[in-house]
Amino acid sequence: MSEAAQELTVSVWRGDARAGAFQGFRVPRFDSQTVLDVVSWIQQNADPTLTYRFACRVGMCGSCAMMVNGVPRWTCRTHVSKVVEAGALTVAPLRNLPVIKDLAADMDPFFEKWAGSVHEPSASRDDEIAEIRPDDPKRAAASSAIECINCAVCHAACDTVAGNPDYLGPAALTRAWTLFNDTRHGGDVLEVVSGAGGCHNCHSMASCTANCPNELDPMSAIAGLKRATVRRVFRRD
Amino acid sequence: MINRPLFIIQRLSALVMVPLVFGHLALMIYAVQGGLSVDEILGRTQGSWFWFCYYGVFVLAASVHGAIGLRTICGEWLGLRRGLDMLTWLVAASLTCLGLWAVVAVT
Repeated sequence: MSEAAQELTVSVWRGDARAGAFQGFRVPRFDSQTVLDVVSWIQQNADPTLTYRFACRVGMCGSCAMMVNGVPRWTCRTHVSKVVEAGALTVAPLRNLPVIKDLAADMDPFFEKWAGSVHEPSASRDDEIAEIRPDDPKRAAASSAIECINCAVCHAACDTVAGNPDYLGPAALTRAWTLFNDTRHGGDVLEVVSGAGGCHNCHSMASCTANCPNELDPMSAIAGLKRATVRRVFRRD
Repeated sequence: MINRPLFIIQRLSALVMVPLVFGHLALMIYAVQGGLSVDEILGRTQGSWFWFCYYGVFVLAASVHGAIGLRTICGEWLGLRRGLDMLTWLVAASLTCLGLWAVVAVT
């Protein structure tokens, strides 16, 4: 294996919410190596005090997202060969979130923004289950939002979140779009997303859509919410 | 920072301004044919209710649109949180006063 002889130069952000700095490591290069493999190698072989977060390693749990060379990515599914620049990698905690320690970002502000987008059942277990046809227009519209793994990559990519911490962000609004299109949802999600930090703050820069590892389209979902909230004012529906 | 009423007002004011901007551009090209002089411009605009209404509406729409836009810029780029409402009203009122002053002066 020719690549095994090569080494990566990796800068890893070390520190906590108060202060920190990048620390350099030399990591052996392997075939099909992911960024999470690199971080794990450092923790297992170079510095066991390195803190980071992961669980499933197959792109399902959404816990291993980090900034890789300045771009938010799910590290378990990001091959080093795709992102390495001149043999170097820079790994940092997710942008737009407080740091707990090293590469572990505090996800509380992210999930707190989901609070208004919780499913409220419109029926009990004794009622008939509402039929939702796959070709129903509302179900089709929700496709831009379903399959979100809550990795916060879109939240870290969003410049509007960076400039306005009160903004709900693409993930929470995408969830709201799913609920809006779910006939089984009994709550009024449009009022939740119409406040001061709501969907109308989005500048449609599409960093969320460009960076979503699951290839979802939060920007279109937010645009749908904007249309629906404005339509309600004029049509009173 | 921006809620639904502000969003709607900013979009509606933009909608009002689109034809006015194109009319204004066309008017500038037309009016300067054969030289631009104060007398020629004032001769067309003074005593004209049409131009008073045209530019009066333009000023109101631009003031509202610009005030909400500056509110967002000050919030996102300068990190302003408190006083954003006051800033919005202040900018809107200032632009309206300056604009209407100019409109009254030429019509």
